[in-house]
Amino acid sequence: MLNLDDCVIENGNFTLNADIQIEVGSSIAIIGPSGAGKSTLLETIAGFRDLKKGQIFWGGQQISNLHPGKRPMAMLFQDGNLFPHLTAEQNIALGLRPNGRLSRDEDAQVQSALGRVSLHGMGARKPSELSGGQQSRVALARVLVQRRELLLLDEPFAALGPALKADMLDLVADLVAETQTTLLMVSHDPQDARRIADQTVLVADKTVHAPAQTAKLFDNPPPSLRAYLG
Amino acid sequence: MAERAQPVSPWPGIGAAALVAALILGTLAAVALRAEASGGFSPADWAALRFTLTQATLSALFSVLLAVPVARALARRRFPGRRALIALLGAPFILPVIVAILGLLQVFGRSGWISDFLGIFGLPPIRIYGLHGVVLAHVFFNLPLATRLVLQAWQEVPAERFRLAAQLGCNGMAMFRLIEMPMLKRTLPGVLAVIFAICLTSFAVALTLGGGPRATTIELAIYQAFTYDFDLGRAALLSALQLALTAATALVALKFSRGDGFGTGLDRALRRWDGGAPTIDVFWIIAAAVFLLLPLASVVISGVAGLFDMPAIVFRAALISALVAAASTAVLLLLALPMATAVASGRYGLVELSGILGLAASPLVIGTGLFILIRPLANPTTLALPVTALVNAAMALPFALRILVPAARDITARHGRLALSLDMTKWTFFTRVLLPRMRPQIGFAAGLGAALSMGDLGVIALFADPQIATLPLQIYRLMGAYQMQAAAGGALLLLLLSMGAFWLLDRGGRWHAES
Repeated sequence: MLNLDDCVIENGNFTLNADIQIEVGSSIAIIGPSGAGKSTLLETIAGFRDLKKGQIFWGGQQISNLHPGKRPMAMLFQDGNLFPHLTAEQNIALGLRPNGRLSRDEDAQVQSALGRVSLHGMGARKPSELSGGQQSRVALARVLVQRRELLLLDEPFAALGPALKADMLDLVADLVAETQTTLLMVSHDPQDARRIADQTVLVADKTVHAPAQTAKLFDNPPPSLRAYLG
Repeated sequence: MAERAQPVSPWPGIGAAALVAALILGTLAAVALRAEASGGFSPADWAALRFTLTQATLSALFSVLLAVPVARALARRRFPGRRALIALLGAPFILPVIVAILGLLQVFGRSGWISDFLGIFGLPPIRIYGLHGVVLAHVFFNLPLATRLVLQAWQEVPAERFRLAAQLGCNGMAMFRLIEMPMLKRTLPGVLAVIFAICLTSFAVALTLGGGPRATTIELAIYQAFTYDFDLGRAALLSALQLALTAATALVALKFSRGDGFGTGLDRALRRWDGGAPTIDVFWIIAAAVFLLLPLASVVISGVAGLFDMPAIVFRAALISALVAAASTAVLLLLALPMATAVASGRYGLVELSGILGLAASPLVIGTGLFILIRPLANPTTLALPVTALVNAAMALPFALRILVPAARDITARHGRLALSLDMTKWTFFTRVLLPRMRPQIGFAAGLGAALSMGDLGVIALFADPQIATLPLQIYRLMGAYQMQAAAGGALLLLLLSMGAFWLLDRGGRWHAES
């Protein structure tokens, strides 16, 4: 279980309160008006922001003092998910060994991850030689080899067209189901949430609300969500 | 909580900054302690101060006044070769001073092209030595810089503003009052300050074209106190005076300066509607191009003949220069890369400050200080080459940091979080992300450093004994011995080496660089 225990997050003169629990293996959409603090929340969980108050636990272990790279999670950002001067394979390999050379066995894992995201034979290409959708697939392949227990998505597919984005979300849904990964995904689109997230967390009014059933939440939205949805 | 995690470590950069600060502040302290205040300033010293200020003021004024019409012409005309001309305006920055001076002498000197031309009409030849020669050379070096800075300001005026003025029916004069005059008022003080500061510390120009009681700068006076009188106390006293002057001016110039003058994006021509006859613009563009190209062309022409008439000592000097430049570039990168990394990883104001210390101290002042520090321990002349490489690196450091810091900052901001979330070590991030991504900037900075060191005629003149010389010093000695043919050949060789080193490193950085 991911437990945000009485957390206060400060960003400039903006504060956000979070006191929620998230079940292992669930897929959670984080939704709310822009500027409400969705990305801030994700960045705090990932360790890029300090907590003003409170603690974060994963499976009973406190993780809020850990360096971002030591936390049990992989994260994809809005952009800059690949190093442009490295090939697709090299980018994926960083998920296994950020600081060294791969063994033959690990190399095989990279190849199989490439295959899993349907990029057979494209490992030697650099990001600039891949389409936007293919770049997203490389990033997902890296997440796959990282084998972290949590996956945080900060709208990494926002720049893709609707059909391509839907494809990516389906791929994400398949991958997290195969690996029993817990998914936290920022989105501003209710369709995304309905598509792959069984539960949704609403971030509004300086508060991170407890997860609710996605379908129920959107069928009967509270006032702050209704104002956002229009 | 622990401080925010960073993908790179600032400590090597802090160490490098401390070394630079120790070098510069240590030599300055040595100068200050050794200065013999008891003697006070002699009338000759006051004359040197006056001349330094006069020539710097005149040089800055002429450079800027002439730069305005040239920049205006370049801003509003499109013509074939415009890009090449603007690129050429960047060249004097890395042009060895001694090469330019030889070219200027061949064009403007007593037996130069212009004097020969005047002679046809029975007119006396013009004289280039003294105040006007020094100012002429400084304008040659700084007119291009001023033009680039003013052009940059011109290009930053939003195109919409010219469109609006045109829509209102403003003619040329009204356009000037409405848009260009306010822009120039904002820009020119900074350009003046920068060029004034540069001319204060110029040594090689004063050494070759100045001299005598009426045309000696403080830098030249330091050199003379050293070499003619070997009066270390007086050299130190003059150095202290020079230091106060440059530090004060550097502060003013830094306050004013925004752009760096070798930025890109200058090749865009503004669309203008106020028309006006192109005659004036054409005149200024041609005049500026001729003024800049003629001396260079002259060096190339005379040098080709001289190349086959050079004593072996010139080639030896060229080899020494190449080695010094290589060492200086290596030192420069070893200092600048960690420092840029540290600055990029957070607020390390002191690291940045130590990076620009070099602007406040002139090479001769640092040279004097190092001489004072080294003398009790070893014979300074045996260390002439390492000292030259080191001082050249310290002097190029402010420019290198200006090139490297924005890139390092950008890359750290862009890829830092990903690296952290992958648990990349700081060393891996530095070697696998930062260095490869910064290759174009590293190449550019290394190219500048190598070219500046190759062409430098400063500390080496202070330290060298007659047996050893870098190529610029060797050319100076040949000129002093009236071996003009050999000097011209050496100058062409130096020009090729400097520009070649710059081109090679800059190109190498951009070769196969991913966008």
